[in-house]
Order: sequence, then C-alpha cells, then structure tokens
Amino acid sequence: MTEKWKIKAVVVGASAGGLVALKKLLPALPATFPCPVLIVQHMSPQSDNYMTRMFNNLSPLLVKEVDEKEVILPGRVYIAPPDYHLLVESDGTLSLSMEEKVNYSRPSIDVLFETAADVYGAHLMGIILTGANADGANGLFAVKRKGGLTVVQHPDDAESPAMPRAAIERVKPHKVLTLDEIIELLSQSKVCL
Amino acid sequence: MKLPVAMEHRDFSTIENIELELLLQAVFLQYGYDFRNYSRAHVKRRVKHQMVQEGVKSISELQDKILHDRNNFERLVRTLSINVTEMFRNPEFYRSVRENVLPILKTYPYLKIWHAGCASGEEVYSFAIMLKEEGLLERTQIYATDFNPDVIQQAGKGIFSIRNIKEYTTNYQKAGGKESFSDYYHANDELVIFDKNLKKNIVFAEHNLVTDGVFAEVNMIVCRNVLIYFNRNLQNEVLKLLHKSLITGGFLALGTKESLMFSDEEKKYKTVDAKQKIFKKKHD
Repeated sequence: MTEKWKIKAVVVGASAGGLVALKKLLPALPATFPCPVLIVQHMSPQSDNYMTRMFNNLSPLLVKEVDEKEVILPGRVYIAPPDYHLLVESDGTLSLSMEEKVNYSRPSIDVLFETAADVYGAHLMGIILTGANADGANGLFAVKRKGGLTVVQHPDDAESPAMPRAAIERVKPHKVLTLDEIIELLSQSKVCL
Repeated sequence: MKLPVAMEHRDFSTIENIELELLLQAVFLQYGYDFRNYSRAHVKRRVKHQMVQEGVKSISELQDKILHDRNNFERLVRTLSINVTEMFRNPEFYRSVRENVLPILKTYPYLKIWHAGCASGEEVYSFAIMLKEEGLLERTQIYATDFNPDVIQQAGKGIFSIRNIKEYTTNYQKAGGKESFSDYYHANDELVIFDKNLKKNIVFAEHNLVTDGVFAEVNMIVCRNVLIYFNRNLQNEVLKLLHKSLITGGFLALGTKESLMFSDEEKKYKTVDAKQKIFKKKHD
C-alpha cells in the first residue's frame, strides 16, 4: 500500500513522552536514510540543546538544531529550537518565527506540518507521536489534504495518548501504527526517495 | 517562462502562491510597504490568518478588500508585524551586554543606542534600566523604532500588562539586575507603569528597515528577532543598512538564532559573544 507514495521529506511531531519515543526512533533510522526529517518536540522555552546533542550521539544521521534560513539536506534530522516556530520555505530552506503560540505551543507542530505540506505536497510523510495535547491534528490534516502520507502512533502504544487520539479523530490517517511499526515503515527503502 | 531574477527562487506552481505574489506587489504599489522579500512561508501563514478573520475565501478576494480600504491594509500590517517580546528576554544576553559591551561604551562621553524593530518596547525599557544601573542612562540617547505605528505608540507609553511581571522580575534578576525590579514601576490591578525618568532620553519613531534609510549613526544597534522574518537577500540589505548606521567599534546585537554567517557582512565584524550574537564593527 505504501508503494504509491514517493516521500521526499518526513515531519514528526511529539510532545509529552516524545523524548523517549524519539530516542528509540532516531537511532533506528539507517545511515543511508534518504529524506530529511524535520521534528517539533514540545519543550520548555529555556531548554538548552541537550536533547539535540543526545540524539546526535545516538543516531547514525546528523541531528541538529535548526539554524535560521538553513538549506534542507537529505539524510539530516532537524530539530526546531525551543521558543521558535519552524517553517519550511518553498526554496528548500528553513525559517524560524516568534509569532504567538499555536495550541499553547512554540514551536508548534501545526506550523511545521502546514508549511511543509505546502511545499512538499504529496511527497510528505507526517507522523504524530505521543503527546498530551491536540497540537498537530490540524497540521496532519493539511498533510493529508495535500496528498501526503499520514501516520499516527497507536494511542495504546503512546506514553501519552491524547495527541495521537486528537490526530486520529481529526484526520482519519492512512496508518495508525506502534512505534516499532513506524520504524519499520521508515526503514522500507521503497517509501522514501 | 523566464522570470525576473528577484522571482526566480519562488514557487508559482499553485494559484495561491501567484495570488500571494500579486497581493504583496499590490500592497507595495498602493501603500509603499514592501513585504515582497519577507520569509514567504511566514507571510503566507499570516495572510491566511487574516483571510479567516475577514471571512474571505481567496487571497485575491483579500487583495480586493486591502486595495480599496485602508483599514484592511492596516490590519494586514498588524498581522505581519510580530510583537511577541518580553522584558529582559534571554537574560544571559543582558548579562553579556553588561559584562562585554557596557564597559567599552562607558569610555564614550555621549552614547547613542538604536533599538531597530522594537515592537511594544519591553526590551527598550529593559535596556534603559540596565543603563541606569551602570550609570550610563543620563548620557545615552536611545532611539526605539518599528514599522508598525500602533506598537510604537504603545511603546512610548511604557505601560505593560501586569500578567507577566513575575516572569520579568525573574528575568531581571537573572540578567544581573542590581536593585529591586519593582522600584522601576508602579502597579495597579492590571497594569505596570514604568518610571517616566527611564524614557526621558528615548525617542520613539516609525522606521521601516526595508524601505527607509540610515536612521542615525550610533554606538550600538539592538535588532533582535527581526531578521528572521526576511529572506536572505533582504537580510543582507538590512545588514548593510545596520552596518552603515554604526560607528567603527560600534556593537550589533542580533537574536539568539540569528547570525551574520552566510551574509556578506560577516567579515566586517568581530565576534564579541558568539552565543548571544553580539558583534563589533571593525575598521573599514
């Protein structure tokens, strides 16, 4: 079923419990992973880049906090910095913004997903992981409307099921999977270009 | 189809993107405000936000309303101007200015500091407080500018909501504040009103970094979280303007995630604090 998708970028949204989930997901991606991975993980505005450094140490891919107007490269993992929204530009660069919080969050998953959907259209995979709020539901809806592949972590498998539930209800995603199954899906070379 | 150079990197594959380009052209031609080189993803989000608020279905429909009614244009300006700010935002930045910049500024008999894109002024008053504590306020002329006339007016009042005062007090202390923060304002149930003496030497003025020229020649420019809303080309243009506005040896402070890296201006500055994005203008 996934063969019809030709994914060029993956966006991931996570909130409560996301640190543990990403700590499992990111190291499991193969060193040859062909797409960029853009991540919003909700965190305190004051946090340092400890999380990014930890992921970078654990993952075969380069994991970095986004620099303003950075060019998106395949096989890299980009993390939204604390207290900034992350946006995808149509020229393949990344922008940051301090506009007001969306769903009480900055960075907001919706902002990343909606702007990424606008640029990548049907070539985008959106993944909603564990979380205790409803951020990401509208963003994932935008991914689906533009023809992209929508994936939500199964609420029973998530440390905090509220965010997956909200996304499932809003979007009726293509796939509801456990974290292990999401890793398996990402590892299939057929899905990502 | 051959596009003009300035438009080569834009995506016109959807009608919506074409409509957005036309709207920004129209706004520039009619009102002189130039958002054409703002970060497109950001502008698109904000424009869509206004579409929802005005109950229109397309950007073309919004353009019609904006062109024929100045009030709608003014709402667009407010939508595109990001005014999220706080007092002593990123306290480590203020600490670094206190430690690395003010000792040098103290050697001048008279100082000018420009807050470019100051929004509602929280950081301007923060600076004034810090300058006062370092004995510099009396001999400093502060310029506080923004392109949004509403927020400049607000900034001039020096009145802020009491809602965030606890956070500001913490920030003030972390920033190396030497007194009691509450000495600087009077509070009622809703508002805090800052000491009038703080703004004695502050000039609040409308200034657009995109379309206006050099504002003054100053010892320091604070321009934090303004450039992130511009594309690379515009960032370079604005950085040139800021460079021209600084005296040799003057200081430039940018937002935590902004940098001179990739810009043509990088080699014209010495880095004072790489993490807090403080730079010093070199000799030509």
